[in-house]
Amino acid sequence: MLRLFRFYRRQFRLRARRQWLLARAIRRRRALAAVADRTAAIRPDDILLFMVMRNEAVRLPYFLDYYRNMGIRHFLVVDNGSEDGGRDYLRTQPDVSLWLTRASYKESRFGMDWLNWLLRKHGSGHWCLTVDPDEFLIYPHCDTRPLLALTDWLDASAARSFSAMLLDMYPKGSLHEQPYRSGQNPFEIARWFDPANYSIRKNGAYGNLWIQGGVRGRVFFHDDPENGPALNKIPLVRWERWYAYASSTHMLLPRSLNLVYDEDGGEKASGCLLHAKFLSTFVEKSAEELTRRQHYADSHEYKAYHDALQGGPEFWCEHSCELHDWHQLEELGLISTGNWA
Amino acid sequence: MNAAVPIEDIRLGVVMLCHNELAIAARMARIWVEGGAAVAVHVDAKTRGPDVTEMRDGLADLPQVVFSRRHVCEWGTFSLVRATQDAAELLLEKFPDVTHVILVSGACLTLRPVSDLCAYLARYSQRDFIESVTVEDVGWTVGGLNEERFTLRFPFSFRRQRKLFDRYVALQRRVKFKRRIPAGLVPHLGSQWWCLTRRTLDAILNDPRRAEFDRYFRRVWIPDESYFQTLARRHSLQIESRSLTLSKFDDQGKPYIFYDDHLLLLRESGCFLARKIWPRAGRLYDRLPPPAHDAPSAAEPTPERLDRIIAQAVARRRLGRPGLYMQSRFPLKDRENGKTSAPYAVMLGFADIFPDFEPWLAERIDADVHGHLFARHGVEFAGRALTGPGALSNSAALRDLDPRSFLANLIRISWRMQVWQHSPRDAQQLNWFMATDRNARIYVVTGAWAVPLLHSGMPFDDIRRVAADLQRIELAQINILRSVWLKARTQIWDLGDFCARPSGVLGAVLRDLGGDPDAAADMPQMRDLAGMGRFLQRLRNAGLRPQLMGEFPVVDPTRSHEGS
Repeated sequence: MLRLFRFYRRQFRLRARRQWLLARAIRRRRALAAVADRTAAIRPDDILLFMVMRNEAVRLPYFLDYYRNMGIRHFLVVDNGSEDGGRDYLRTQPDVSLWLTRASYKESRFGMDWLNWLLRKHGSGHWCLTVDPDEFLIYPHCDTRPLLALTDWLDASAARSFSAMLLDMYPKGSLHEQPYRSGQNPFEIARWFDPANYSIRKNGAYGNLWIQGGVRGRVFFHDDPENGPALNKIPLVRWERWYAYASSTHMLLPRSLNLVYDEDGGEKASGCLLHAKFLSTFVEKSAEELTRRQHYADSHEYKAYHDALQGGPEFWCEHSCELHDWHQLEELGLISTGNWA
Repeated sequence: MNAAVPIEDIRLGVVMLCHNELAIAARMARIWVEGGAAVAVHVDAKTRGPDVTEMRDGLADLPQVVFSRRHVCEWGTFSLVRATQDAAELLLEKFPDVTHVILVSGACLTLRPVSDLCAYLARYSQRDFIESVTVEDVGWTVGGLNEERFTLRFPFSFRRQRKLFDRYVALQRRVKFKRRIPAGLVPHLGSQWWCLTRRTLDAILNDPRRAEFDRYFRRVWIPDESYFQTLARRHSLQIESRSLTLSKFDDQGKPYIFYDDHLLLLRESGCFLARKIWPRAGRLYDRLPPPAHDAPSAAEPTPERLDRIIAQAVARRRLGRPGLYMQSRFPLKDRENGKTSAPYAVMLGFADIFPDFEPWLAERIDADVHGHLFARHGVEFAGRALTGPGALSNSAALRDLDPRSFLANLIRISWRMQVWQHSPRDAQQLNWFMATDRNARIYVVTGAWAVPLLHSGMPFDDIRRVAADLQRIELAQINILRSVWLKARTQIWDLGDFCARPSGVLGAVLRDLGGDPDAAADMPQMRDLAGMGRFLQRLRNAGLRPQLMGEFPVVDPTRSHEGS
């Protein structure tokens, strides 16, 4: 009886939480001003990409090409007041719809309110990929099969969401040594990653896994790992109007979307978001973000970066792995093919 | 009874069921016709009209293609059998020269030229290729319904009304409801994709009791996997119980889908047909089937490699990789299917007796020998490196965030066996995990923690307090290692035992870990244990009962002047 009561109480709370998230998203839609709205061109089976960005012009050309090749048909981008010409670049792209907002990133739950609104408005019924401009999806068979093959298969498997953990990539040597040029594959520079130092715990209320560690844990948060960034992400979802991202793309509501893992010993299919954060652009970015104080938990993450960067940290260690292809990640157990052979 | 006939005597008929992707189906129909076959197409009545018209128009130039009456098809119901019966009847009627009929779907792709299939059928002209297994022996059906498919009623849709479906099945089980199976039928199940001789198919369609059988099968669940499979047993002269169509299912009952990168695999499998093909796998559709040879080959299909790969994928989904904890595999306790991925060894107490035990052991066995991985102050990797295998950090805080992952990661990422020191001073979270892990080998010298205390020079009051704590922790440890749930291989000596014959014990450990037991003759430097008896007596005098040290004489015979 008590268990039943608790179950319904939790259901009720999560439902209230989801409605609150959606209400925020709907209320904050006014903050978004359309710069280029090409959403009328979206066709029923298109896979869409959603993103918030600020001052990322240097990354955009490669980013768009990468995802176009993968099979993204339309990009829906919120620009949070870029000052580096990125907005003008995106405005001219035929498959990008762009919104501008100068509202506070922090006040909009780190951009998630804006994205929840766009997802609700344009994403329903589509497979939607929600990423940052420095995140690059890699999934099993991504060298031979387009993203549509994966989403078709997920449909056939009655799966509505797909897990892709964040994998921090870094260069060997200091960040300044190899400057990043626009249009360049960032993983020519940031070719290294930590293969097996991830900690996983389960978040009871939302049912998602909470993954921490990796190179950021090792270099920046070794004394304070609890506050290290979360690496679990569920970026690919077949969206419905009543879905909402609850905290970045780490977890969603309804809760069942977070169950992207098997608890009986089997493996479900999963991918990785290669994180091209640690490039030459990172040092100035972290200084800027620190002064803006617009990031999660009073930007303590950026504080840690800033402090550590003063010492010119070494990311690379002799146990770092050099990235080759998805086979390697699957062999290491960072991603899994599940039964998608 | 092979009854080989010349290939010219074989005329293949094809019954093709389609419901979507009609363009691809039309292309396949053309391939069949060009290979010399006659085709009867059934299109699901739910398919949009314009698409069907387009398909008919596209195939209008081929008189060998006929379209049968359209039925609304729903998965798992008799409508599929109905559609097959109609199309087959039409085919036999329109093409009296057809000798064999194969059932395919619009999504089936021919992997070999149609002439190869004809040659194969010519070789075994009297055989009916239909997988047909008695229900008791199937074992592959989803949802645990085998025999009950034939004896219960299924008025609710499995896909759309799943809850009602399950509850109604449960109810029928509880009231022990059973339908009567018509006399003369022995229920058989098998792949729905078959290839029958005209004689057998004709006999099934014109069975004098067909109306009775149809009435019965109308309420059987998934009759397309049982109707022809059961009735073929009644009429066939020679059943070859396998399907000529490569069609694999995973444990969700979902068919495997083939993509462009399967091209080589499909080609070398030598199967005649495969399904399902991803509709956008352009390269497969371009390259398959290969052009017909001059001399059609009747070679047997050899799908073993493909079978193995698919079996691996099923195992990956069901069982996963042992000792892997990751974003899409996070097993509950005791469902791990292997808590760790490889054998490892934990040495308790040895490093307390021999200060240089770590390098000594590393020289003698083929393994990575670490210090105290779970030390409270930090992780002691071999050589005291700042990062260990897998880029694991030496930070105790990071390790303690998720010690299980730490351990499983370390073992999974390393090629060599991992060996480390452990003691009651270290973090104890994983005691149960290791004790219930088959890969663990745990060697314990109980009470060895007292040796460093003996030499510590700390005030005796502190020593007594520390000793009490450590003994309590070690007793808990030993209790776990003596529990009935123990899966690890353990060996436990007490300190007194060990000191009586140290080289014998070390030899046994070395032998166990794949080293040369004789290498134990060259013992590492041992801490001085003289005075241990007196030390223990002092602890006793202070009200503590040392339980784990074994026997030490209170007065050391060689140094009897000591003591206070």
